[in-house]
Amino acid sequence: MDALVSQLFAGLSLGSVLLLAALGLALTFGQMGVINMAHGEFMMAGAYTAYVVQGIVADAGVSLLVSLVVGFLVGGLLGLLLEVTLISRMYRRPLDTLLVTFGVALVLQQAARDVFGAPNVDVRAPAWLSGAVQVLGVGVPKTRLFILALAAVCLAALALVLKLTPLGRRIRATVQNRDLAETSGISTRATDRLTFFVGSGVAGVAGVALTLLGSIGPTLGTNYIVDAFLVVVVGGIGQLKGAAIAALALGLLQASFEYSTTASIAKVLVFVVIVAFLQVRPQGLVSVRSRSLA
Amino acid sequence: MTARLRLWGGFAVAAVLLFVVAPGALSDFRLNLLAKFLCLAMVAVGIGLAWGRGGMLTLGQGVFFGLGGYLMAMHLKLADAGPGGVPDFMLLYGDGTVPGWWEPFRDPVVTVVAILVVPTGLAALLGLAVFKRRVRGAYFAILSQALAAAFAILLIGQQKVTGGTNGLNGFKSFFGFTLADPLNKRMLYFIAAGVLLAMVAATRLLMRSRYGELLVAVRDQENRVRFLGYDPAGVKVVAYATAACFAAIGGALFTPIVGIISPADVGVVASIAFLVGVAIGGRATLLGPVLGAVAVSWAETSLSEQFPSFWTYFQGALFIGVVAFLPNGLATLGQVWRRRRAGPGIREDESGQPDDGTPRSAPEASLPADAPADALPGRTA
Repeated sequence: MDALVSQLFAGLSLGSVLLLAALGLALTFGQMGVINMAHGEFMMAGAYTAYVVQGIVADAGVSLLVSLVVGFLVGGLLGLLLEVTLISRMYRRPLDTLLVTFGVALVLQQAARDVFGAPNVDVRAPAWLSGAVQVLGVGVPKTRLFILALAAVCLAALALVLKLTPLGRRIRATVQNRDLAETSGISTRATDRLTFFVGSGVAGVAGVALTLLGSIGPTLGTNYIVDAFLVVVVGGIGQLKGAAIAALALGLLQASFEYSTTASIAKVLVFVVIVAFLQVRPQGLVSVRSRSLA
Repeated sequence: MTARLRLWGGFAVAAVLLFVVAPGALSDFRLNLLAKFLCLAMVAVGIGLAWGRGGMLTLGQGVFFGLGGYLMAMHLKLADAGPGGVPDFMLLYGDGTVPGWWEPFRDPVVTVVAILVVPTGLAALLGLAVFKRRVRGAYFAILSQALAAAFAILLIGQQKVTGGTNGLNGFKSFFGFTLADPLNKRMLYFIAAGVLLAMVAATRLLMRSRYGELLVAVRDQENRVRFLGYDPAGVKVVAYATAACFAAIGGALFTPIVGIISPADVGVVASIAFLVGVAIGGRATLLGPVLGAVAVSWAETSLSEQFPSFWTYFQGALFIGVVAFLPNGLATLGQVWRRRRAGPGIREDESGQPDDGTPRSAPEASLPADAPADALPGRTA
């Protein structure tokens, strides 16, 4: 029983990290079909933001909260810059965006290496996040619970924004039918920019959260980007719900495979499961029904 | 006729350069470097076929390159250990016994067959699974990348049988020829050059064939091809498997030439790095990928020796600059320039141009026709 519960938490915890990493992607990839390989580097920027903020604000608790906000802004502004300068030029060539943003990722990584040095750095977790909580007889680190909660909050916030606010309405309209949205008076360009800002901002938040799990380095983002993209592929495009389910499912799957085999074989098994899953549902878990042949 | 003449002329020039000029002009060290670049160019030829002509952006060629390289490395390690011997790293990390699935690779014939069959078969299997379900575009790219990530992680994790992060290295001989002898190193270079030329010729034949036309048609208008009664999935699988085969051969030669194969050569970053040269040279052209790959590897070697951090910036800038602003690569620079000079609104009729393997349509039209952003999912309801 204990082993089962602890596996469950390991999976949920991994899933919540994946979800944080994939939420922003679900927005940008779903909305514009833009494959942003630099998304991981936006996370890395968020993580280093936490590092810098901690150098200014001494109290670890306050600095974490400040970092979450500043991280969002840093990630968002980087995303906005990328959208305006490069991505807006290549909306009709999604595969090329992938390569261009990979170039951006390389540059950002090297920039981080030059500014902060190649060795990893640490961000102190606040005192109220140290230690573990007993849940169902199993000790769960508080930082893990915090990330789980943060992922839930981000998911809820994004879902509410999409559902209730005028911005969300515009975003959904643009996703569903770009041309119709445009003829209805929505500035799809402005919507794109805002979506990209929000999506990249969430990446920044994810980066700040990752500082709680271990030390951070310039290649932090590359560790997560592939899995995050898989989450979006499995989840289905343009739907937060799908991404959420997929993230948790992949997290649980990875954790249970790791439990029965080793971490490296688990990765391969998860990949096989995903390919098999796409045989059944090539459009992902949740998809917008469409008659388009694409 | 002039086109054919130019083609064979080009081949003759390339053969003279590779077989006479380079060995004469370069030191043993430089020649070995060039041999390494030629191996990377083999991967590029395959990518040019799959991506440039077939529109499949494969971000996981490192897997097939690595499979070829590791299969070869396994044989070399076993051969060095002698009959019944155990490779040194296994004594170090493992329990000193050779696992059963390693044993067949003591035999050189089995190894060569495996290098040709295993990666190609894996690509065909994966391609069938993915393309039959009409998973394409970005989704295929992401899946291929995930495959590369999983492969690298697997290699690192299974240190006892793969050497882990260090990879496999320290080979002494290559099918009985000692690698310490510079003469044998030269022989490896000649093998690499010959294989590369053969691959380019095979690709040229494939491009000019009926199949080549079909491949480009699938790239540009997959549904139209389907409605005409062809099976686009089959067409794609062939190109993907061919690319995998080329990559595997490149990897298999890379291992003895460089003397090491490690997860760093096969992972996500290495796999994408293969694309830089192809993109720069011109993805849809015949020679663009080869020249691009050699040029980029050469630039990497010479620049990163002196300015390690500068190279990464440069590589990033190359990706951004070439893909964003010159999507058809440097090979089409001339066309773009001529068109600019001809003034706006005037499109050159290029149908009269000699067919040198470049697409015969106007540059914009020869881009792999990615689905428009809103139709990207590439999925049927």
